[in-house]
Amino acid sequence: MGWIGETIDSIKSIQIRQLLTQAVSLGMIVTSALIIWKALMCITGSESPVVVVLSGSMEPGFKRGDILFLHMSKDPIRAGEIVVFNVDGREIPIVHRVIKVHERQDGEVDILTKGDNNYGDDRLLYAQGQLWLQRHHIMGRAVGFLPYVGWVTIIMTEKPIIKYILIGALGLLVITSKD
Amino acid sequence: MHSFGYRANALLTFAITILALMCAMASLSDNLNSPSPSAHVQVLNVNWFQKQPNGNDEVSMTMNISADLQSLFTWNTKQVFVFLAAEYETPKNSLNQISLWDGIIPSKEHAKFWIHTSNKYRFIDQGRNLRGKEFNLTMHWHVMPKTGKMFADKIVMPGYRLPEEYR
Repeated sequence: MGWIGETIDSIKSIQIRQLLTQAVSLGMIVTSALIIWKALMCITGSESPVVVVLSGSMEPGFKRGDILFLHMSKDPIRAGEIVVFNVDGREIPIVHRVIKVHERQDGEVDILTKGDNNYGDDRLLYAQGQLWLQRHHIMGRAVGFLPYVGWVTIIMTEKPIIKYILIGALGLLVITSKD
Repeated sequence: MHSFGYRANALLTFAITILALMCAMASLSDNLNSPSPSAHVQVLNVNWFQKQPNGNDEVSMTMNISADLQSLFTWNTKQVFVFLAAEYETPKNSLNQISLWDGIIPSKEHAKFWIHTSNKYRFIDQGRNLRGKEFNLTMHWHVMPKTGKMFADKIVMPGYRLPEEYR
C-alpha cells in the first residue's frame, strides 16, 4: 500500500510542478510583451507607439492593414508631416497629412489636415464648427512604416470567432505541452 | 523535443527573424542614397486677390512648376509625395505654411515633370496681411518607402511677392 501511495504522490507532485512551470512561463511571455509595449511608449513619447491603418484615405501610400510607428516629440509640427490625431467626439484616431500650418508667436498652432486619397480637406471630419486642429489633438507623427502586418489585428477585431479559436488553440498547446 | 510543433515553431521564428532583418537592411540602405533634386517655380499670374466677407485675405494664382526628383528614388521607394507650400510670416503668426499644390509620384519615370496649374488648395491668410506680402515658395517631398523609415526634405525658393492692391 505504501508503495502505491508513494507513486501517486510523486505523480501529483510532478503535475503540480509542471503546472507551476507552465504558469510561470506564460506569465513571462505576457509580462515581456507588456514591458516591450511600455518601453516603446517611453522611447517614442506617444501613448500608442504603433497604429494600424484602418481606412484607405492615405492610399497609395498607406493601405488598410499597414502598420505605422509613431513618434511624439516637442518639435513643431510642419506641413507635409503625417500625423495621427483624435477629434473630440470620435473614438478612432485618424492618420492624415498636414497641409496648412499657422503657428503663432507663443507656439500655439492651427493645423489643417487632409488624406492623400481624399478629395477635400478634413474639416468635415472635425467636430461641428471646428476649423483647425490644435496641438493637444495630435497623438504623434508617423516616422516608419511596415506593410501588411496589421491585418492580424484587423481580422481579429472584425471576426472575433477567429480570436477565440486562436486563444483556445494556444491555451490547449500550453496545457498539453511537455517541455 | 523533435515534435512537429517544435520544428514548425522553430521554422516560423527563423523565417520571421530573417524577414525582419531584410526589412531593416532595405530601410538602412536608403541612407546610402544622396539625392540631388531640383525644382523651379514661376508665378505666371495672380488670378484674383480679395478680402473675404469674414475679413481674411484670399488669393488665387497660376504657376508653372517644374522639378526633377528622379534621384530620390531607390529600390525601396514606393512613392514620393511632393507638394508646394507658400511660407510667410505675419505680425500674428511666426510661421504660416499653406499647401498650394501637391502630387504623388509613383515611379522614377514620372519624377521629372512640368505642370501648369492654379493653386489646388485655397490660399487664405488668418487675417488681412497678404497685400504686398513677401513669401517663400517651398518644394517639399516625403519619400514613402516600401518598408522602414520615411524621409523628407525641401527646397526653399525665396523672393516672391503678392500685389499691393486687391484685384
